[in-house]
Amino acid sequence: MSGAAIGIGTARASVKRSQRAQSILIHTVLIAGGIIVMIPLAWMLSTSLKPPHQITKFPPIWIPDPFVWSNYYRAVTIFPVSFVVFVRNSMYMSLMITLGTVLSNAIVAFAFARLTFRGSRVLFIIVLSTMMLPQQVTMIPLFILFSKFGWINTYNPLIVPHFFANAYFVFLLRQFYTTIPRELDDAARIDGCGVIGLFIRILLPLSKPALGITAIFAFSWAWNEFLGPLIYLSRMETFPLAIALSFLRAAHGVLWSELMVVSFIAMLPPVLLFFVAQKHYIQGIVITGVKG
Amino acid sequence: MSAQAQSGQTALARILSSKFWSRRTLRQREELIAYLLVSPWVIGFLVFIVGPMLTSLGLSFTETDLFTLEFVGIENYTKLLSFDTTRTLFWTTLYNTAYYVFLSIPLTIGVGFFIAVLLNQNISGQPTYRIVYYLPAVIPGIATSLLWLWLFQPEFGLINWALSLVGIEGPRWLFDRSTAKMALVLMSVWGAGSNMLIFLAGLQGIPTELYEAATIDGAGIWRRFRNITIPMISPTLFFVVVTQIIWSSQVFTNVYVMTEGKGGPANATLMMVLYLYQVAFRQYRMGYASAYAWIFFLILLTFTLLLFRSSKAWVYYETEIGGQRS
Repeated sequence: MSGAAIGIGTARASVKRSQRAQSILIHTVLIAGGIIVMIPLAWMLSTSLKPPHQITKFPPIWIPDPFVWSNYYRAVTIFPVSFVVFVRNSMYMSLMITLGTVLSNAIVAFAFARLTFRGSRVLFIIVLSTMMLPQQVTMIPLFILFSKFGWINTYNPLIVPHFFANAYFVFLLRQFYTTIPRELDDAARIDGCGVIGLFIRILLPLSKPALGITAIFAFSWAWNEFLGPLIYLSRMETFPLAIALSFLRAAHGVLWSELMVVSFIAMLPPVLLFFVAQKHYIQGIVITGVKG
Repeated sequence: MSAQAQSGQTALARILSSKFWSRRTLRQREELIAYLLVSPWVIGFLVFIVGPMLTSLGLSFTETDLFTLEFVGIENYTKLLSFDTTRTLFWTTLYNTAYYVFLSIPLTIGVGFFIAVLLNQNISGQPTYRIVYYLPAVIPGIATSLLWLWLFQPEFGLINWALSLVGIEGPRWLFDRSTAKMALVLMSVWGAGSNMLIFLAGLQGIPTELYEAATIDGAGIWRRFRNITIPMISPTLFFVVVTQIIWSSQVFTNVYVMTEGKGGPANATLMMVLYLYQVAFRQYRMGYASAYAWIFFLILLTFTLLLFRSSKAWVYYETEIGGQRS
């Protein structure tokens, strides 16, 4: 009997030992992978601070000696137009798109989540199927339409469509609204709340996290937007940051320090947003299953 | 007879009763409000999607540069799909895009799934790993492209340095037509973290009782993985495959920035959307470009439908788990 007990004890110990060995192995793999993922970013920062002769050193130098902070000043003053203009353009575009996205989708998703109307199911299926539509099919007629409006070299073609809801965010917000208990609706109705009151007083305040996710995603995507601005904006004063950077690449393809500096600056807003709101960010991706 | 009359009377009474009318109008009013609330989407759908799509189809039978318009019948299509490759770049762009999509998807999905499985083993520090692996997906395409352009730089780039450490002489990557596409594929693997996150959510939705029951029945790690994890994750996998095909076939920013909008060397990285951009907005052949856009759309649609068809054979839907993503 005592022999059996000992046997169980050693078996348990060996299970524990193999579990620990397994977890060490997993950590090793994950850390190695994490380092590989981070190296390019470290290299970006390192390059952005190097004096010119250290950039083309082979084997590479990881820690710049000395740190050339003036690279940052030189990189942002290399453009014929002030760098502030690009940042301002990007900010304006991203904030307006965020505003339009949050407003329109909050409303449309509410109707799909809470109101019964004829054709709502069919309409919602159409909404979802537009997610699969590549925007390239509509690109050319929209360009012709917007140029007839005289909207070339303005931000209207990039901003206005976002005020008309978008399949992805309708889906995201609808999914979130449906998690809010319907009993709240009934209670509000009994207290004399109309449909609009229900939306403004009950659902909106309870959906702050989802609206936050929507705003963060909309802002990050707008900030990263490339093809749209490339088509509609041709004057340098109107460039957002992304297009200005591609211009710099075409004009000074080998100024690696400067290119890394501006790349670093361009990635800051979405990356900072991600760090600040990473819990919501991940929740948003989990809700919809679509990457941010 | 009298019963009939009575029921007729009550029906009439009901119609006439104010309660019925008020309820009816309330309902109608609500329905009206509902239509009003969805109207932004409906208007957007008609103005920004349906209208342009039909216009694009119409334009594809013309040649137009914004100022003149000439009907050419199906000439754009016959020219595009001609087997004479000196006349059309369609096949080149199709090959390049297919190469990119079919290499990068298995890699990004494989790597993403592998990391998700590791993270799902009750590992400490999971949130930190998640941030680290997801970070590249947050970085704007323009910054990623410039960074990888520098990493792939043949003489001083970090990648060729790393290869030289193990005694391999690195290729000229983006400057060599035989390796340029591969460089783009490798770069896409850096963003595998976005798939990782979706898979991790899917894995965490699998009930642990299933594993416990299987363990009691004596199933080992491999059997559990094969018979529980794989079928239970298959809806997520299906979803990822569909969205990835649609997204990655639209690859543009990377190629545009890294090849200065040319798709070189020797058209080796001329992807479909890049070519579409060149034809429409550099050469202003809007009719030809519209035909091209429609072919692109139809190819994607066919693929998506085939995937949906095939899903019955390999995607396992358990009704109870069906709503797990919500």
